Amino acid sequence: MKLISAVIKHFKLDDVREAMSDVGVKGITVTEVKGFGRQKGHTELYRGAEYVVDFLPKLKLEVAVNDDKVSLVIDAIVNAAHTGSIGDGKIFVTDLEHVIRIRTGETGIDAL
Amino acid sequence: MENNIFALQYALDTFYFLIAGAFVMWMAAGFAMLEAGLVRSKNTAEILTKNVVLYALACTLYLAVGYQIMYGGGYFLSGITALDTDAVLAQFATREDGFSGAAIYSAAADFFFQAVFVATCMSIVSGAIAERMKLWVFLVFAIVMTGLIYPVSGSWGWGGKEVFGLYSLTENLAFKDFAGSGLVHLVGASAALAGVILLGPRLGKYNERGEVRAIPGANLPLATLGTFILWFGWFGFNGGSVLKLGDINSAHSVAVVFLNTNAAAAGGLLGALIISYLKFRKADLTMILNGALAGLVAITASPDTPTPVLAVLIGLVAGGLVVFSILLMDKFKLDDPVGAISVHGVAGILGLLVVPLSATETTFLGQLIGATTLFVWAFAASFVVWWILRKLFGLRVSANDEYQGADISECGIEAYPEFTNRT
Repeated sequence: MKLISAVIKHFKLDDVREAMSDVGVKGITVTEVKGFGRQKGHTELYRGAEYVVDFLPKLKLEVAVNDDKVSLVIDAIVNAAHTGSIGDGKIFVTDLEHVIRIRTGETGIDAL
Repeated sequence: MENNIFALQYALDTFYFLIAGAFVMWMAAGFAMLEAGLVRSKNTAEILTKNVVLYALACTLYLAVGYQIMYGGGYFLSGITALDTDAVLAQFATREDGFSGAAIYSAAADFFFQAVFVATCMSIVSGAIAERMKLWVFLVFAIVMTGLIYPVSGSWGWGGKEVFGLYSLTENLAFKDFAGSGLVHLVGASAALAGVILLGPRLGKYNERGEVRAIPGANLPLATLGTFILWFGWFGFNGGSVLKLGDINSAHSVAVVFLNTNAAAAGGLLGALIISYLKFRKADLTMILNGALAGLVAITASPDTPTPVLAVLIGLVAGGLVVFSILLMDKFKLDDPVGAISVHGVAGILGLLVVPLSATETTFLGQLIGATTLFVWAFAASFVVWWILRKLFGLRVSANDEYQGADISECGIEAYPEFTNRT
């Protein structure tokens, strides 16, 4: 099993959710996050003083999937979240040791 | 029959005065929202507490001693509440100019109208010293300010008393301050300036290299709402200061005052917009809001005399000037989170000095001496009071409390308990 974390732009959330549902993803966790990458921040102006906003707001999705679905899900996210301009985000994939469904106590693939 | 007309005029002018006073009372809400919008969310509950308590203190202190110092009428208003109907009618009968003569209205209405002005003056101070002063120290200052400092200078302007027995602003200098560019706004700003000098800037406002670091306000919709509420209240502030509605000349004068007050506010807003666009290439919203208020402050010294085009110009200059003034204050490291000293002080002085452009009985020199008198008194008296308070209690909250926010340290509650941004 793998844990796929994807940082995306806010307005792409609906597209990404739909694309992931289409490839059979049953659940996603979404968090509002801030950070910077190549897009860096931007400057704003308040009462004549400029200030730099270093950390831009993004959304982070987390989804646990079985190994055979990883490339399918990644393609779905990339296609849906892509705009071509800087700041589209990134996808991280890590191994997932264990999953437990709290309600039933199921573990592993059954709990996905 | 004539007595009935007089009774009607008395009722109309009293009613007009009361409604105008209620408009001015609503300015307290404007100040509260403007200030709550321009401070950080961690200081919201404290600035709101400050605004409501100062209003109550101002009304109470002015009732107890302030009105007596400024106009007479007795401590605790002992001399003004009893009504003698026959005496009122006799006053009408002997009045010069008859029906169109000076207004006669309930003394209680006069107190109410004057009292809400004191609260306005005190609100100016609360914005300038926001986010870093101990709440209790501010409230002690509010007692002295509303019970003594404001009424004393008020007595020189509107009470007709001599400045420490030396000279009379109204008799010797033909000083005109119609609704209080100087007596209310400049006096409040001078007290605020003395406080800001002794208090120091908010932590992190200026870095070691002397650069200004922006501390953006938490809620610009509230700041905008507050500005519009103040704008609305100003119609009572200036319109009520005509003191009379009940004859053709007075009614027309009230209409002119409304027109000019509105025109100057619009001019001030546009002036600030133009200057902020030329300087920053952006429409800096909070500067624009300050500009509208600067226009209002500037027209207040003589809203009844300028032509509409002059009123717009006065506002335009005041609004533009206030942008430069706010930038200059930061150069001197005088941290005024809401721009109160620039809006009420600089535009207040400007307003007093342009009175001779339209009010022919006044002189530039007389206005200048008047403005200087008010500034020196309010600044010096406040400086002494702030200085004593600093010696006794210290003016500032601790650095840690400032970091945590005055909501927690002063009020024990957060305005937004579920989401507080501590930056």
